[in-house]
Amino acid sequence: MKVEAKPKELAVEKNTTTGADVFIRSLVDADVDTVFGYPGGAVLPIYDALYRANTPFQHILCRHEQGLIHAAEGYARVTGKPGVVIATSGPGATNLITGITDAMMDSLPIVIFTGQVATGVIGTDAFQEADIIGITTPITKYNYQVTDLKQLPRIVKEAFHIASTGRPGPVVVDIPKNISEKITVDEFDTAFHLPGYQPTVKPNPLQIRKLADALSRSERPLLLAGAGVLFADAAEELKAFAEKYQLPVTTTLLGLGSFPGTNELALGMAGMHGTYTANMAIYECDLLINIGARFDDRLTGAIKHFAPNAKVAHIDIDPAEIGKNIKTKIPVVGDAKEALKQLLDVNVKSTNHDEWLHSLKSKKEDYPLWYDRSKELISPQWLIEQVYETSNGEAIVTTDVGQHQMWAAQFYKFDNPDKWVTSGGLGTMGFGFPAAIGAQLGRPDELVVSIVGDGGFQMTLQELSVIKERNLPVKVIIINNEALGMVRQWQEKFYEERYSESLLTENPDFVKLAESYGVKGVRVNNEDDVPKVLEDVFSYNGPVVVDCRVVKRECVFPMVAPGTGNHEMIGVTR
Amino acid sequence: MKRIITATVQNRSGVLNRVTGMMVKRQFNIESISVGPSETEGISKMTFVVEVSDEQKLEQLTKQLNKQIDVLKVTDITDKAIVARELALIKVGSSSQNRAEIQGVITPFRASVIDVSKDSLIIQVTGNPEKIDALIDLLKPYGIKELTRTGVTAFQRGRQPENVQEMNALIF
Ligand SMILES: Cc1cc2nc3c(=O)[nH]c(=O)nc-3n(C[C@H](O)[C@H](O)[C@H](O)COP(=O)(O)OP(=O)(O)OC[C@H]3O[C@@H](n4cnc5c(N)ncnc54)[C@H](O)[C@@H]3O)c2cc1C
Ligand SMILES: Cc1ncc(C[n+]2csc(CCOP(=O)(O)OP(=O)(O)O)c2C)c(N)n1
Repeated sequence: MKVEAKPKELAVEKNTTTGADVFIRSLVDADVDTVFGYPGGAVLPIYDALYRANTPFQHILCRHEQGLIHAAEGYARVTGKPGVVIATSGPGATNLITGITDAMMDSLPIVIFTGQVATGVIGTDAFQEADIIGITTPITKYNYQVTDLKQLPRIVKEAFHIASTGRPGPVVVDIPKNISEKITVDEFDTAFHLPGYQPTVKPNPLQIRKLADALSRSERPLLLAGAGVLFADAAEELKAFAEKYQLPVTTTLLGLGSFPGTNELALGMAGMHGTYTANMAIYECDLLINIGARFDDRLTGAIKHFAPNAKVAHIDIDPAEIGKNIKTKIPVVGDAKEALKQLLDVNVKSTNHDEWLHSLKSKKEDYPLWYDRSKELISPQWLIEQVYETSNGEAIVTTDVGQHQMWAAQFYKFDNPDKWVTSGGLGTMGFGFPAAIGAQLGRPDELVVSIVGDGGFQMTLQELSVIKERNLPVKVIIINNEALGMVRQWQEKFYEERYSESLLTENPDFVKLAESYGVKGVRVNNEDDVPKVLEDVFSYNGPVVVDCRVVKRECVFPMVAPGTGNHEMIGVTR
Repeated sequence: MKRIITATVQNRSGVLNRVTGMMVKRQFNIESISVGPSETEGISKMTFVVEVSDEQKLEQLTKQLNKQIDVLKVTDITDKAIVARELALIKVGSSSQNRAEIQGVITPFRASVIDVSKDSLIIQVTGNPEKIDALIDLLKPYGIKELTRTGVTAFQRGRQPENVQEMNALIF
C-alpha cells in the first residue's frame, strides 16, 4: 500500500518537510502523548522538527538518559501503554543500555529511538558512532536501523506493535542523521510486514479442559499469579476464578496487585523474601496453576525442592517460558485474560478443599511477617506500614532495589492492579525515582510514592530537576539506613559480618540536596513524628523528599537462603 | 545429543546475529551453521547442527528460535529422512610422485582435484559430514595445509520411510 505523505502540514515551510517531520508525525499517529527525550548531534533534526511542530506531545527532558528510560518504564507499567524514548547516538544511546535491559527482563513495552551517524559513515568509527543495533540485539525484543526514509512510518508502526503485543518488550529504532535530515519523499511504504510474528492469544480449549480436569481432582490447589496477569489486564478474571473455586493465591514480586493483597484467599508474595505461608503452600500443593509468571529463581529457590508434590500447569503468552525452568504437565499458551475467561466458562466440579484452606489460614495466623519494632529509632518495616496506612493503601508505589524494596513488597498490601512499579528481573538500582516520574506523568491524578534506599537514590537523583520543573507531586521516601542495606545483610548473614564497602558513611544532606533543586525536603528521626509528617507530605501539593532515618542494621526476613528450598526459610519467627 | 535444525527466516539485516547471539547467550552449543537464500526471494534458510544435553534443552532451543520475530519456521529434522550435505575444500601437500596415489584415495569419495600446484593439491568433496571426516583422516598423512568446511545444509526427503532413525544413524 502506498499512501501520500501527510506530514507536510507540520512543517513551517512546505519545502522543508524532512524525515524528522515524518518521524514526529508517525509518533502522533501512534497516539503518543508523552516522550522522554534528550537531544544531541544526531537527533538535532528531530528536535528541530519537534520545535517546528509545536511539540505535539509532552516532551520530558530528564537529566540523564538512564532517567529517560526508567521514566518510560514507570509510565508503561502504570498505563499499559508503550513508553517512548528519544536519545542521541553514541553516548546518549549507550546511557540507555541498563534501562533497555531492565525493560527486556521485566517485559515492558518501550519504544526507543536513537540517533545514528549518517549512513555514509556508519562503520568508520565516526564521531559519536556506536553500534547500537549490535549492542542492543540481545536486550531487545526487536530492533531496526532505518536505512531508507520511505520505510520510516512503517518501521515506527511495527515498532509500537511489536513492543506492545504478545509478550511486551523494548524495541529500538536507530535513525541515521541523514535520514532525518532528508527532504522527504512523496511515497511511503506503510504496509505492515511481520509474517514471523503472530503471538498466540487464544489458548487451546483442549488444554483448558485438561487444566479444569486437574482442578476437579485436586485437593490442594494453588494459584501463582505473575506480572502476566497485569499485562493481560486480567485481575478481575483472576479474582472471579479464585473466588469461584476458593483457590488460594500467591503472587510473584511483579505480580503484586494482580490479586487483592487483603483478600482472604491471598497468601502474599512467594519466593526468597515471600511469606512462610506462600512458600509452604507451594511446597505442599498438589496442583500449581501458574498464571503469567516465569518461574524466576528468586521465586523458585532450589528447583529440586520447588513444588515437589504438585502437578504444574502454566498459562503464558510466551511458549518459551513454559517448561524452561520447571517441568510442566499442563502447558497453556495464550493470554491470561483469555485463558481465565475460558476457565470461568467451564464448570468444574472441584473437590472440597476446606482442609487445605484451613491449614493455610492457620499458617497465616501462626507465622505472619514480623519485625522487632525499635523503641528509639524508626523501624523501616513499621515506616512502610505507616506509608500504607496514610495513603489508604491506594498509592502508586515505585521502589528502587534492596531491602526497602522487599519491605515495600511485604508490608504494602496492594489491592489494585498497576499500582506497583519495581525492577524485578534485573534489579536495577537507580530505577525507583525516575520510574516515579513516568508513573506520575502517566497517572497525573494519583498519589505516587517513591520508596528508595539512600544508596540507589544517589544513582539517579539528578532527576529532581524534572519534578521541580514540571511540579510533579512525587513523594520520595528515602529509607536511609546509611548502608547498601541488602549487601550489608548478605555480608552479615553469609560473610561473617565482613562489611566490605557496604556502609555509606558520607551521605549528602538529602534535605539540603532537595532544597538546592528547589524541592521541599523533610527529615524524620523519630517514630512519633512519622504519622504527622506523612500526612503533611501526602497532602502537600508538590514534590517532596523525605529523609527517613531508620534503624541501620535491620535484615529482611523471612528468607530463603541461596541454594536452599522454599520450605527451608530462615527467620520465619523471632 | 546432536540435532539438525532448520529455520526459514526473513532476510533482514542482523537476523543471523540475532539468532546466533540468542544461541550463544543461552549456551546452546553450535557445531555448524549454514545460511543461504531459499526458493523464495527475501527468505533465507539456516541449518544448524547443535549439541544439546536433553529434550528440555532441545525444546527450549526450538521455542527460542521460533520466538525470534524474523523466524518463520523451525524444524528439527534429525528424526526425519533427510539428505544432509556439506562441502569441504582441502589443500594437501603433494608432489608429482604421489599425485596419482592421492587421486586413488579420493576417487571412492567422489571428490575431485580442483587445483594443482608444484607442491600441493586442492581437493573438493561434498557429502555428509561423516564421509568428509573419513576423507580428511585418510588425507592427513599427506599433510593438510588448509581446510575449510561449509557446515551442513539439509533437506527432508520427498518420501519419509519407516526406518528413519536407522538411516540417520549413518549420517552421524
Ligand atoms: C532484591 C530482589 C529480591 C527478589 N525477591 C523475589 C521474591 O522473593 N519473590 C519473587 O517472586 N520475586 C522476587 N524478585 C523478582 C524476581 O527476580 C522476578 O523479577 C520476578 O519473580 C518475576 O515475576 P513474574 O514472573 O511475575 O514477572 P515477569 O518476569 O514480568 O514475567 C511475566 C511472565 O508473564 C508472561 N506474560 C506476559 N504477558 C502475558 C499475557 N498477556 N498473558 C499471559 N502471560 C503473559 C511473560 O511471558 C512472562 O513469562 C526479587 C527481585 C529483587 C531485585
Ligand atoms: C546498579 C546496581 N548496582 C549494584 C546492585 C547490587 N545491589 C543490590 S541491593 C544493593 C544495596 C542497595 O542499597 P540501598 O539503595 O541503600 O537500599 P537498601 O538495601 O539499603 O534498602 C546493591 C548494591 C544493584 N542491584 N544494582
